[in-house]
Amino acid sequence: MIVIEPVAAPGAPLARRNPVAKLAAALVFSVALIATLDPVAPAIAIAIELGVLPLFGVRYRVLARRAWPLLAGAAGIVVTLVLFAADRSGRVLVEAGPVTVTSGVLLTALGLVLRMLAVALPGVIVFATTDPTDLADALIQNAKAPARFAIGALAAFRLVPLLGQEWQMISMARRARGVDAGRNPLARLRLFVSTAFALLVGAIRRGTRLAVAMDARGFDAGTPRTVARRQRFTTADGLLIAGAAALAGGALAASILLGTFRPLLG
Amino acid sequence: MDNTANRWRTIDIVIASVLGVAFGVIFWAWGLLWNGPADAIPLPGRAVLYGVWLVPAVLGALIIRKPGAAFFTLTFAALVSVALGSSWGWTLVVQGPLEAAAAELAFAVFGYRTYRLPVALLAATLAGLAASLYDVFIWYPGTAWGSFRLPYILITAVSSLVVAGLGSVALTRALAGTGVLDRFPAGRERPAV
Amino acid sequence: MSAVQLRGFGWRHAGRKAWAVRGVDLRVEAGERVLLLGPSGAGKSTLLSALAGLLPEDSGEQEGTVEIDGLDPRKARERVGIVFQDPETQLVMARCGDDVAFGLENRGVPADEIWPRVDEALHRVGFPYHRDRPTAALSGGEQQRLALAGALALRPTLLLLDEPTANLDPAGAALVRRAVADAVDADTTLILVEHRVAEALPLVDRVVVLEPGGGVRADGPPAAVFAAHGDALAAEGVWVPGRIVAPRHATAPAGEPLITADRLGLPPRLAPTDLSVRAGEALAVLGPNGAGKSTLALLLGGLLRPGTGTASATAALAGRDAGTPPHRWRAPALAGRIGSVFQDPEHQFVTGTVFDELALGPRRTGRSEAAVRATVEALLERLRLAKLAGANPYTLSGGEARRLSVATALATAPRLLICDEPTFGQDRRTWRELVDLFAELRDAGHGVVTVTHDPDFVAALADRTVILERRA
Ligand SMILES: Nc1ncnc2c1ncn2[C@@H]1O[C@H](COP(=O)(O)OP(=O)(O)OP(=O)(O)O)[C@@H](O)[C@H]1O
Ligand SMILES: Nc1ncnc2c1ncn2[C@@H]1O[C@H](COP(=O)(O)OP(=O)(O)OP(=O)(O)O)[C@@H](O)[C@H]1O
Ligand SMILES: [Mg+2]
Ligand SMILES: [Mg+2]
Repeated sequence: MIVIEPVAAPGAPLARRNPVAKLAAALVFSVALIATLDPVAPAIAIAIELGVLPLFGVRYRVLARRAWPLLAGAAGIVVTLVLFAADRSGRVLVEAGPVTVTSGVLLTALGLVLRMLAVALPGVIVFATTDPTDLADALIQNAKAPARFAIGALAAFRLVPLLGQEWQMISMARRARGVDAGRNPLARLRLFVSTAFALLVGAIRRGTRLAVAMDARGFDAGTPRTVARRQRFTTADGLLIAGAAALAGGALAASILLGTFRPLLG
Repeated sequence: MDNTANRWRTIDIVIASVLGVAFGVIFWAWGLLWNGPADAIPLPGRAVLYGVWLVPAVLGALIIRKPGAAFFTLTFAALVSVALGSSWGWTLVVQGPLEAAAAELAFAVFGYRTYRLPVALLAATLAGLAASLYDVFIWYPGTAWGSFRLPYILITAVSSLVVAGLGSVALTRALAGTGVLDRFPAGRERPAV
Repeated sequence: MSAVQLRGFGWRHAGRKAWAVRGVDLRVEAGERVLLLGPSGAGKSTLLSALAGLLPEDSGEQEGTVEIDGLDPRKARERVGIVFQDPETQLVMARCGDDVAFGLENRGVPADEIWPRVDEALHRVGFPYHRDRPTAALSGGEQQRLALAGALALRPTLLLLDEPTANLDPAGAALVRRAVADAVDADTTLILVEHRVAEALPLVDRVVVLEPGGGVRADGPPAAVFAAHGDALAAEGVWVPGRIVAPRHATAPAGEPLITADRLGLPPRLAPTDLSVRAGEALAVLGPNGAGKSTLALLLGGLLRPGTGTASATAALAGRDAGTPPHRWRAPALAGRIGSVFQDPEHQFVTGTVFDELALGPRRTGRSEAAVRATVEALLERLRLAKLAGANPYTLSGGEARRLSVATALATAPRLLICDEPTFGQDRRTWRELVDLFAELRDAGHGVVTVTHDPDFVAALADRTVILERRA
């Protein structure tokens, strides 16, 4: 269900880059693309993303599995625009009652959908190739993130896969004591809500004990922390960010040259 | 902000993170619902459910009661949902902190001293406004103001007020009743046994 | 080396009227090895937390003073290493090596010294895996060893261990004890809490017994303490070595079968297993950590869907439902027929007070409120939880939580009772009462299945044993 381990080949040339560099590169690349509404720039960006995928050691099948929720989001965008577009210029394709679907509407929708995919994929790639521990380490060492917060967040993140087991445990405990919902949908909803609440309570309880255990081992004792796992930020990492910026710029430039560029604000 | 009352203890950091993790998972599941079965209610009507996205900001602040709690909790929740593969993907990394900062603003205005219902409602509403403005400009450009944008912003703000504002206050009370908040100000007033 | 000084020490947890521990005057010299004893709920775990500086001011009220080498324990955390009762909650990082390194980083140990010290600590506890192994992939016993390594790597001068072998199979427990014996050198003061005195004695040279009401009951070299107070201590619940408990074997032959497992399994947790439980017999399930005993208990209890084979109940247990497998029964029917006690008591709690916890099952099976109240009160009395009726189940001591979880399963008077490690972490008195309780149920024609690592319990109660093997 929920996968959080990196699924990429760890030795791949770009997967090995500093997590902060990967994060920054993905952010630069995505944010640049938000600035445009045309379909051309995002299409080029998606092509680039798919092209560099092997360098990150991610297989296309893995990417497809991770990215499928994006398609649902894309469908939502299309429906919204078809129903509520302000600008309905262009050739009329379908007339169904109050809804008029024109080529202009569909073009805008296409641009938005492609843009959404182009913006989201870098995030998928980064998290598929980055171990959470390495990310926290790099954030502390290379991005000057506060260590207590990064380590605390990391320790809590370890609970994600445990939540599923805990859910099962709570359900079993209730069943053992004669609590179930049967076929009544209302009772089911109530049981679901109360199980979710129990899960949250359990997670907070666990967190409280975790905090005590961390303090027992000198977390927050005021002594300056050292780092056991060194994360280095090298020239190659800088180049990765620069490369991402250049490629995003290239995609925008191509769109401008082709005359399709439509700025977000304007 | 350097007095000890405002310094985060380890337990503050860990519990804020745990809330972030729990809501990150909820967001991930909620996203599937939002773009799945809930598609039956087209936008902007679907924004009735929007408040759920903003709960951690208000809840985090009400429980932790430290500067930055709203910001940290919601930002981390957004990051976790991105790591799990949310349908909004990577842009939540931008949108999450934006909404979180809006909620944080409400608590900051009151000097991080009151955490009562009106402040919670204000924080929730501000977060809802920030979120819907971002959506309207970034995700739904080209939509009409009258039939889409204004209703969307309004419905989101109200949903946020009810779900994230009232909801967080109620949830904090319920959590305090179970005793897990005993080490936080929110959980102090219970009879001894 | 660290010395410990307590003067009139007491602690009351927030939200409780009673003191968890009170009036303790105690001095432990540097280099001493102390076994801390006392009945369940006497405040042993609380005392260890106080020594480790882990009772935050905002979580209760303190009386008297605690000093480690003359310092407030909250300032002396550098010198103290602690391993808690529950290892699962004290692992912080995702990889084993990182987890041991965590404490060293916090202490500001230079980076190039960290990994050698991590490897040394892992080696000292006999940790079998590489340090890259995910902590999520460890069994309970392995987690316990890792937690010990995490504490030892800090080279504490005061080492505090709270029931470090409670959930381990005998081989694993021996390993951990050996690791402790090897790890504790002349420079380390050791304070150990362990109910099973006989196994712990080789590790210690002094015994301190806490009095539940407050104060120290007895103090001195083990032989002297047990010679002087042996009988009184045993009556109060301390496991005095060399006192065997009279066994309670079945007085009548077993009756009709209640449930039969036919190649019942759940790969990869449990290999297919054949088994049958009869009315009026006590069956013990043994096996090493990770063999699948708990999984078997959940399958028999109708809580998990089998992966292979079937569990089928007879008409004697299930009446008209005998045709359907237990995991398909409605929950109220299940709770009235099969009672389950989980390995981790906290996994079992679903309400906010001890009283509600006990009342839940009977209410769901449709008893009248008066009958529910009578059942609950009888159980509270019998398992000495009456004073805690209004307490939150999650704030109980280890032993109290265990008693409550057994009581919840008994509350619906099920014909078949399945208990996962019912006796771990129990003082002698509770242990004795549990044996009696199970024996009475068995003699009244109930079937009793217990999953256990406790050889004394098997000797005292079991009529038959089943041993699960660990698959390669
Ligand atoms: N967090 C808590 N909040 C409230 N009460 C608590 C808490 N922890 C322990 N207590 C209570 O304090 C008393 C002493 O508990 P403690 O855990 O120290 O006992 P113990 O001697 O370790 O017992 P056991 O052998 O059963 O583990 C118990 O009555 C328990 O219910
Ligand atoms: N929820 C789960 N999901 C996946 N694997 C599990 C789960 N619970 C247990 N396991 C694995 O299944 C195997 C059997 O576990 P189980 O808890 O049944 O063993 P056990 O015999 O009860 O051990 P112990 O004596 O330590 O309690 C172990 O290897 C364990 O890691
Ligand atoms: Mg204890
Ligand atoms: Mg088990």
